[in-house]
This record gives sequence, C-alpha cells and structure tokens, in this order.
Amino acid sequence: MTTTATEIGRDRRRKEDQRLITGRTRWTDNMTLPGMLHLAMVRSPFAHARITSIDTSAAAAAPNVVSVVTGAELGEEMGVLINAWPITPDQVAPVHTPMAVDRATFAGEIVAVVVARSAAAARDAAELVDVEYDELPAALDLKEAAADTVLAHPDLGTNKSAYWVFDSAAAGTGGDVEEAIGTARADGIVIEREYRQQRLIPAFMEPRSVVVDPTGEQLTVWSATQIPHILRFAMAATLGIPESKLRVIAPDVGGGFGGKLQTTPEEWLAVVLARRLGKPVKFTETRSESLISGHHGRDQWQKLTLAATKDGTVTGLKVELLADLGSHVSLVGGGVPVLGAFMFNAIYKFPAYHFACQTVLTNKTWTDAYRGAGRPEATFAIERLMDELAAELGVDPLVVREQNWIKHEEFPFTTVAGLEYDSGNYEAATARAKELFGYDELRAEQQRRRDADDPVQLGIGISTFTEMCGLAPSRVLGQLDYGAGGWEHASVRMLATGKVEVITGASAHGQGHETAFSQIVADRLGVAFEDVEVLHGDTQIAAKGLDTYGSRSLVVGGEALVRAADKVIEKARPIAAHLLEASVEDLEFSGGTFSVRGTDAGMAIGEIATAVFAAHNLPDGVEPSLDSDATYDPVNFSFPHGTHLCAVEVDTETGRVRMRSYVCVDDVGNIINPLIVAGQVHGGLVQGIAQALWEEAVYDDSGTLVSGSFVDYLLPTAADTISFEIDHTTTPSTTNTLGTKGVGEAGTIASTPAVVNAVVDAVRHLGVHDIAMPCTPERVWRAIHMSSSAEGADQ
Amino acid sequence: MIPAPFSYVAPTSVDEALAALAEHGDDAKILAGGQSLLPVLRMRLNAPEWVIDLGRIDSLRGVRDAGDHLVIGAMTTHHDVLHDPLVAEHAALITAAATDLADAQVRHRGTFGGSLAHADPAGDLGAPVLALGASFVIAGPSGTRTVPGTEFFVDLFETAIGDDEILTEVHVPKHTGWGAHYEKFVRVAHQWPIVAVAAAVRVEGGTIEHARIGLTNMGSTPLRATAVEEALTGQPLTADAVRAAAQHAADGANPPSDLNGDASYRSHLACVLTARAVLAAGGADG
Repeated sequence: MTTTATEIGRDRRRKEDQRLITGRTRWTDNMTLPGMLHLAMVRSPFAHARITSIDTSAAAAAPNVVSVVTGAELGEEMGVLINAWPITPDQVAPVHTPMAVDRATFAGEIVAVVVARSAAAARDAAELVDVEYDELPAALDLKEAAADTVLAHPDLGTNKSAYWVFDSAAAGTGGDVEEAIGTARADGIVIEREYRQQRLIPAFMEPRSVVVDPTGEQLTVWSATQIPHILRFAMAATLGIPESKLRVIAPDVGGGFGGKLQTTPEEWLAVVLARRLGKPVKFTETRSESLISGHHGRDQWQKLTLAATKDGTVTGLKVELLADLGSHVSLVGGGVPVLGAFMFNAIYKFPAYHFACQTVLTNKTWTDAYRGAGRPEATFAIERLMDELAAELGVDPLVVREQNWIKHEEFPFTTVAGLEYDSGNYEAATARAKELFGYDELRAEQQRRRDADDPVQLGIGISTFTEMCGLAPSRVLGQLDYGAGGWEHASVRMLATGKVEVITGASAHGQGHETAFSQIVADRLGVAFEDVEVLHGDTQIAAKGLDTYGSRSLVVGGEALVRAADKVIEKARPIAAHLLEASVEDLEFSGGTFSVRGTDAGMAIGEIATAVFAAHNLPDGVEPSLDSDATYDPVNFSFPHGTHLCAVEVDTETGRVRMRSYVCVDDVGNIINPLIVAGQVHGGLVQGIAQALWEEAVYDDSGTLVSGSFVDYLLPTAADTISFEIDHTTTPSTTNTLGTKGVGEAGTIASTPAVVNAVVDAVRHLGVHDIAMPCTPERVWRAIHMSSSAEGADQ
Repeated sequence: MIPAPFSYVAPTSVDEALAALAEHGDDAKILAGGQSLLPVLRMRLNAPEWVIDLGRIDSLRGVRDAGDHLVIGAMTTHHDVLHDPLVAEHAALITAAATDLADAQVRHRGTFGGSLAHADPAGDLGAPVLALGASFVIAGPSGTRTVPGTEFFVDLFETAIGDDEILTEVHVPKHTGWGAHYEKFVRVAHQWPIVAVAAAVRVEGGTIEHARIGLTNMGSTPLRATAVEEALTGQPLTADAVRAAAQHAADGANPPSDLNGDASYRSHLACVLTARAVLAAGGADG
C-alpha cells in the first residue's frame, strides 16, 4: 500500500490547545448538573491514630448540609480500592477502604465526608466535624520501617509487603553476580554506593475532580483521570455496579504525570454517596489536599554494587532496593520498582545482574507511578555509577560508557535482564550530542577553572539512557502478575460527508493525541488533517481501551490506529472497484484516491464513504459500512534512548547550582509531530531536573507533610530553566508499523542523573563524590565544606 | 479553596476605614493587595468576621517628592513603585528590591504598605526600607503618628501598628546618587528569599563614605547590619576590604532553620551575600 506522508513529520500546532490553554472547556470541575450536591472531606491530621469518636451532629445541623458520613457508617457500602499489581503471591497488604474506619494511617486520610448543597457550605460544615483521635506511633523512616521498629499496621505484624527478586543466573540470562563481585574484589574494581530517590509529588496542573450522576438507568462518572477504562473496571469489580451500568468519562484532563493513574478514595466516595442520595455529586480537591493525599512518587533507597575489571569493563551489577509504598499498596504502586528492575543494566552489556526489592508500608501518603515509574530510579543509579567507575579509573566518563554499551551492529540484543532491544544507535546519538555541546571545549574550561581555583566551578554531566516504552505485551504483564493486559484499541469510521471519526482507547491528558492521531490518519487515508476528529476518554464512545501511561499511546495505540485505518481502506477497495467498474487488482490507492492503473479514472475515499452511506449501488454481499477497528497487543516494548549532556556552574561560596547548557539527542524512532516531541522533551527535562535540584516531599518527625504547599514544595517555572538544545537521531523501532518508540517520559528519565552527575563533577576535585537529591545550595555547600575541612581524609 | 464566610466593607477614605476598624476591632482584618491575606483566608489559617478593603482609598496611592524625603502611599502597588522615577532616582535600593519581588502578577496586586505591614521577615521590602532609615506614618482614632523603622518592626508578623490603626505612608529619606543593590538568594525564582541583603553605598574616589545595609530573613524582623556599616566606612571599595567587613554581617542575627537551610548556613550566606551586595552597589566587579 502506498501512503503519502504529508502530515507525519510535520510541526502541527495542537488542535486541542485553544480550549486547553484558555480553560474554556470540559474540565470536570466546570460541570454543573441540576440538583448537584458537593462533597468536602475531613482528613486526619495525624500520621497514625486510632479514631475514638466522630461527632457529626454540629456539621449535620449546619445550613445546607444534606448528609455527613463516616467510614464506620458506610461500612461495606463504600467498597475497597484495588491493588492491580500484587508483585508476589504472599504480598502483605492492608485492606484499602476509601475512608478510615477506626484507624487513620497517614496524615491526609479521609475520616468523614460532608455532603452539602454548595461547595462552600460543605467546606464550612467540614470544620464542624469533631473527631477525637488517640495518636499511635507512626512508621515514617523507610529504613526503620523496613526493620519493623514501628508498625504502620499493627494487625499485619510487619511493614514488609513484598520481596521481589530477579537474578540473571537463575533466569538463565546471565552469570552469577556474587561470583563477579568476588572476582572484582580480588582483582578488579568494586563500586559500592547508596542512593536516595527522594519522595516527589506529581503536582499536575488540574487538581483531581469527580462528578457522579446516578440519574437514570446508568451511573455516569466524570473524572479528571488518566484511566477511564481501568476505573470503570475497578469500580464495577468492587462497588457491585454491573460494568454495563457504568459509564466513565475523562473529559479534558489537565495533566497527570502518573498522578492520575490511580483509583482514588474520592472517586469511590463520590459514587457511593451519589448512589445513596440519588443525586449528582461533585468533589474537587484543593491544592493542599492534592499535595497531601494524591499519590506521591519515587521514595526508594538504592544499595548498589558494581563489579568491573581493572580496565573498566563492567562484569556485574547488584541492586538492593527499599521502596516506600506509603500506607497502602495502591493501584500499581507495588509494581513501580519492578518496572525499574529491567532497566538497571540500561544500554550496557553486563554479564551478571541481580535485583532485589523490598516494598515497605509506612504511615505516609501512598506512592505509585510518577513520570517514568521505576525507570528514572534505575537510570539514575546506573548513570551515577558509570560516572563513579570513570572517576575510579581516572578516565572520561563517556569512554567508560562506550566501552560497555551495546554496539549498533549488535542489535537486536537480549539484555541480562531478559529484554530484547530491537534497535539502537548509541554511537550516533552520543557523537551528535558531543558536537552540539562543545564537549571538549567545556572540559578545557573546566580544567582552567580548577587550575585557577575559581570560586565558580564547572561540571559536566552525562546520561546515556534508554527506557522501555509502549507498555506492554500482555503476556509479559501476565508473567509479572499485573492484573490487566497491555493492548490498545482504535476505531476509524468514514462519515457520510467524507469526514473521519477516530476513536482511541488511549486517554489523553495533555499529550496532544487529537493532533498526532489526526496526522497519522490523515496520511493513512489521504484525507485532510482538519477532516479527522479524534474521540477519546469516554467508555461509551471508546468502548475498549487501556488508557494512557508508560509512553504507550502512540506506540501501542498508534499501531492499533494504523491497523484500523488499513482495514477501512481494504473495505473500501472492492466498493471502489465496483463503482469504477474495474477489477480490484487494477486499483491502486494513493493520496486518498483509488485509481485504475493506466487510466484517469479514480475516486476519493470520501466519495466512496458517501456512496456507502447511500448504499444505492454496492457490490452484492458488501455491507453498507465504511468503518473498522483494531485491537493491537504489542509483541515487544520499544526502547528509546539518547545522550544527554549538561553543564552546570557551582558557586562554591554558596553552593548554588546554575544550569549553563543542556544538550539532548534523543532517539525516539520516527517522529509524528516534532513540535509535540519538543514539548514532551522540554517538559520532561524540567521535571527531571526538578528532582535533581528542587523538589522533595518532606515529612516531619510527627508524619506531617512539611512541603504541603507550593511555598515549600519547589516546583520550577520557566524562570528557573534555560533554553535547551534538543536534537534527534532516528533509529526506527522495528516492532511497529510507524517505527515509533514513545517520548512521554524520556526527558524525565534522562535528565536527573545528567544534572546530578554535573554537580558532582564540578566539585569532585574538592573531594566530593555524592550529593543527595535535591542538590540544594546548602547540601552542595556542606559537601564542599565537609570535604575541605577533612582534607586528605577519604570522603 | 474556599475561605470561611466573612463580611466585607470597602471604605473610600482613611477616616471611614478607621471607623470600620473601630467598629469591628478584633474581628476585622485589613485587606491591602491581598497577596498574603487571601492565601491565609483560603487555607483557613485565619477566619476574620470582617474584611476591610483599602483598595478604594485613592489618597493612599502614589509616590511624591517631599523635599528631603519621598512619600510612598501605603496602597501603591509594587509594580508602580518599581516603575516610579522618583524612587529610582532617590531610593534606588527600593527599586532594586522590587525588581524581583515575587512575580509579575503579585507585583501588580500587592502593595508597598501591605507587604511592610504584614511584616514577614522574608519579605523583600523590610530590609531596604530599614536600611534607608524610613519612617512609617500610622493613622489611628486620635490622629496620626510617625514611627521610625527601628520601632516599626516588632517581631514575626508583628509591627507597631495598633489594632485600631492603619499604615498610610512610608517616608523614605532621599539617597540621591548612592549606589544600590539587592542581593537575593533563592532556589527558584518565585520563592521568598532564603537570605537577601540590601546595600546602599556612597563611594567617593574609590572610598566607601557611607554604607547602609539591611538583611532579609535573618531574624524575626528585617535587620540592619550596623557592624558591617561601621566596618565599611572609610574602607576602599575593594573585594578584600569589603569581604573582611562583611564577615560581621550575621553578628547578632537569629536566622530561622527550614527546608532551604539551617541557621548556620544562613549566617554564612549573609556574609557572602553582603560582600557581593556592597561590591555591586559600589559598582565594583565581584
């Protein structure tokens, strides 16, 4: 089949931006239904406390209050939240009710709900709910919690939830890591480090919001979610509502970053109360509520042992993780570190690998997916270690990387973690990045500043990353005990006027699906970009789907779309032949037109659509329909990669880090819309740099989130970033028709280690080899100060 | 976020405002630009029964020349102060501090007097105003009184303004021809300063004749670094001399400890930033 690529590869401005940027659109909170009631949550101020009594009488008597309910009162009616990824059969997990019943397990957990006729009345009355607590010792520190010193859930007897192991010797994908480490200890190099992945908050722009309408035969849920389909399934499974009676709509959704890949207490309570009261209800969280009760991300301790020969060839990597789940095992929270397990070996050819992760319950907000989910943690660890190995060897960190990475001619390559990387060209991306960055010149300047003992030192950070995208082959997910598949669905229907309606089971929340998918279909069918309408996010319209996360929409959903479009063309072909009075074999389809070879006769696909609608003159036995669908289950992940180079200036007098330049050359395969890719890369970079320099969710000793507002949780703005230089190499994925790989998480995954490597590189000659994230000025200054005051000592 | 219910009044004169204050007393809060009050109300950290909005009192806006000093109306927005030619000419230190005060949106709503009356020690205006020896005109039921900067700032979020009083004007002595610089240390641009130093210097023939230095967020109120001012007087404007004098910057300060840095780090920063501020104010290369 011939397609004409006039749209793919084109910088299209996003068709959805006008409404998203102005906000004059279908945000959930913009919805008002007749007779709608409003919810306000009463939340525990304590990390761990027994609820001794709840007096709701004053709140219930307040003006315009309809109902006040507690967990004890709702009981089984409120259902439970599901954990879709129990990573081991013996995983320990507390029952996750949407509201505490007799014990609050983190500061922010819901203990009562007020229903009122206005949001203001609900909020006012919530202040009148009198809850008496008996405070209990809280499990807060991850390492202490892992030692069961204080129990987050005393009835469980332990905080240890699941222990998950991958071992290359046992799996038959590589050698024995202990042997490699033993050999390296005797005659080689062993690098041992411990890194902290601090707790982060997704901090999407649109707070979570849910509206439920129980009127009529069907219950309709609008939610600011990434996962309308999974939400529908989970609600049906736990709330006793037949799936067929439940319609979930994710209207326009303002960002998620994984933070809306969740089934939330607020959604459950809204459904339960709407059903109970027979009236529509709405709940929209405040920013403070979002920060304390929306799920958090990362929060791991990583203990790492890297073995290498004296010449710098890595012979093995051992990873021991502690991962903080927070108070409950949320939707896929337990599985986040498991996703990372396949990525610690990154782009390198390690012969032996061992990964073990202990997930741990604490009395903090539950954690789950956050942009990158498992892969940023893994990439950070290995890219920091490669720098440490280079420093130990006294060679350029790029040289050590090249010595160990998979060569272009070695693809496809099966890694020590058992994944088959289909394609990659690390040499090309690195060469281009070095050139754009001016690597050699910056190294020379760095040396000059060191020699001159300049108060401002220059550091160069490297991150040659890869990731696994396109989640995911359903069989692989099954092997990992994940509770669902990884396919995606698409429909393409030609309308009578020749316009095209496209339905995707992916659920955009800022990615630009409507634009990119229109470009794909426009090229495939040879119709105008403007003539394609992309529908998504409503289970009644997009009946099948597995939603958006893990950089999957284009790689998996895009392939489903291509297949559905191709089926439409094949359906049109015999009709075209009939109308053109030619044989099917003589037809060719190009630029949206079926033409008869060797003649001027031809017919546009839109004209065929009109003829199909009329159905006056169709071939015998052909149904009057020009639409089709496809459900695609990927055969493999995709593996974007890239080389990121970062230069920072460190003010040694204050510890302040200033970004100087940042170059990234990403290989995301073929690109549908370079403008969207640039936006994803820019946003991803800032989010990853923010982990390196700015963001951290901090709890105090009582379990209160200190960084509970944007005064203390430091989100960067455009004023804090620099102009990034981005470029691409293109090594198409071999596992999908479009040759795409996914780009939603690349910037976030790659940038964090690039920046921290740069900061450490700037002051390494002063005796520093690590600085905890975020690299605050105080931490950087203290690292330098402690090193210089302990001159000569081994830091 | 929804504040607790309150009643609202917007007087059009200072007398009307004082009358409203007299009537509602302890149950009232004054609304100037609202950039600190509204977040407090919305987060329900405070729930006054009355909010008295000074936004319609035109006489409280604007900057005028009063001979040896400038008069800055309490309700003048940061944006208007920042772009005022009189301030730029005679009190450049205030212009410098207003330049990066919060962000553009806040500068268009927030007011000079509102920020000073709020008395957040991390606010950007206290240190420069204190350094320039400003005085504060406070209106009350029995007329107006003028309070010097040293008495105006009492403690964390506490000033000499009584419950029945309103800040109407700030009088800033002219420092025409002085070099000025506000050295602000933040992790992200929109943040309150971790530490900031306001420095104005008069340099004659390479020698510092006078120096006025204020510190932001180094204690429960804005501070004046008098020890450094004295140590700088008569010194050459050189990096070595200024750095030596700046070593006294944190003397007597009692800085807070928080996520951005502990007290000892802030004290260290105060010394480094003071030297930088003085050198920049004097026009010397750091």
